Amino acid sequence: MLETSALACERGGQRLFSDLGFALAPGGLLRVHGANGAGKTTLLRILSGLTRPAAGSVRWHGKEVDDDYRAEMLFLGHAPALKAELTVIENLEFSAQLSGLKNSDCGKALQQLGIERLAGLPASYLSQGQQRRAALARLALAAHVPLWLLDEPFAALDDGAIGRVSALCAAHLAAGGMLVLTSHQDVPVAAPTTQTVELEG
Amino acid sequence: MHGFALIVRRDLRLALRRKGDVLNVLVFFLVVASLFPLGVGPEPDQLRAMAAGVAWVAALLAAVISLPRLFAADLADGTLEQLLLSPQPLAVVVLAKIAAHWLCTGLPLALVAPLIGLQYGLPADALAILLASLLLGTPVLSLLGAAGAALTLGVRGAGALAGLLLLPLYVPALVFGAGAVTAAMSGLDPSAYLALLGALLAVSSLVGPWAACAALRIALD
Repeated sequence: MLETSALACERGGQRLFSDLGFALAPGGLLRVHGANGAGKTTLLRILSGLTRPAAGSVRWHGKEVDDDYRAEMLFLGHAPALKAELTVIENLEFSAQLSGLKNSDCGKALQQLGIERLAGLPASYLSQGQQRRAALARLALAAHVPLWLLDEPFAALDDGAIGRVSALCAAHLAAGGMLVLTSHQDVPVAAPTTQTVELEG
Repeated sequence: MHGFALIVRRDLRLALRRKGDVLNVLVFFLVVASLFPLGVGPEPDQLRAMAAGVAWVAALLAAVISLPRLFAADLADGTLEQLLLSPQPLAVVVLAKIAAHWLCTGLPLALVAPLIGLQYGLPADALAILLASLLLGTPVLSLLGAAGAALTLGVRGAGALAGLLLLPLYVPALVFGAGAVTAAMSGLDPSAYLALLGALLAVSSLVGPWAACAALRIALD
């Protein structure tokens, strides 16, 4: 259960949002909407623990987020977090081991994103969309991680890949996972419960 | 420990795929140290007297030019974010980055430094002390350097700024390191200098990573 109360955020002296409160229960999808610069990414970074809120708190299972929280959360930001010199599969293996993901079938994860042919290529050879897919392959290994925080996961993806990612998200939610999503496109994701947060900006 | 080994292995593999970065630092070190005789003339006694200082100053400069890479590449591609968010304690992440940096710059510098010593005509026992002083001293450069690199992360002109910040902090290592070699050449016991270098290493292994952790948290806020 992820809860926030009276969350406020300031960036460069400007108040982006304030008094934001929501609760996300297992199976819950939270969509964060808002114009460019409204604070969607900042909200996600606050939820991940990277950025400290100007006011308010984020609680995980009733407790303020602490070090253990990081093992129960997967955050994928704007940058794909791929090392250009490493191959796609090496990148995925490293991030799976670093996060202590139990599922280590990286080959299958790439298959689920439709990029198994790219496994042995250095990440620098990949197109934008392919890099995105390689980053999102982590989702296929992280089914047991309860909370996913995804920043614009559908950006730069083609229709086929959007379908694959949305199916992974739906399966995660159906299994009792939680998902916070920022997106400009209205990609349908099947979820037991869906809430929306509108950031005014 | 698992996370530590994982990150060190990754960084070494990255260095292996980009050998240029490691070689640049080494060549820089050798070139800087080889320029001095051209400037001060070929007087053997004079060269012998300045050998340790030259090797150490060149090592400091080489360490400083290698530092901007330490966190900047990980910041640019988003892996730094993932490292901070991983279940590994941040101190382990930072120590692993420092260890990999030392293995790729400090250790090779220390190992080629006797070549510089030979070039300057140092006797064999002084060469051994030069090597020992650099083996003890270069980890200090990486440990304190990590704090400098983290503090200047994302800042314009980070490399020059880190240099300005760090070179004064490197002075004790330079004094004790070069002092050990000079003492050995004058027939004195260099072990006091080496012990001081060891103490410096102990202090910086606490202060450097701690400051780097704090600075990284701020940089990614």
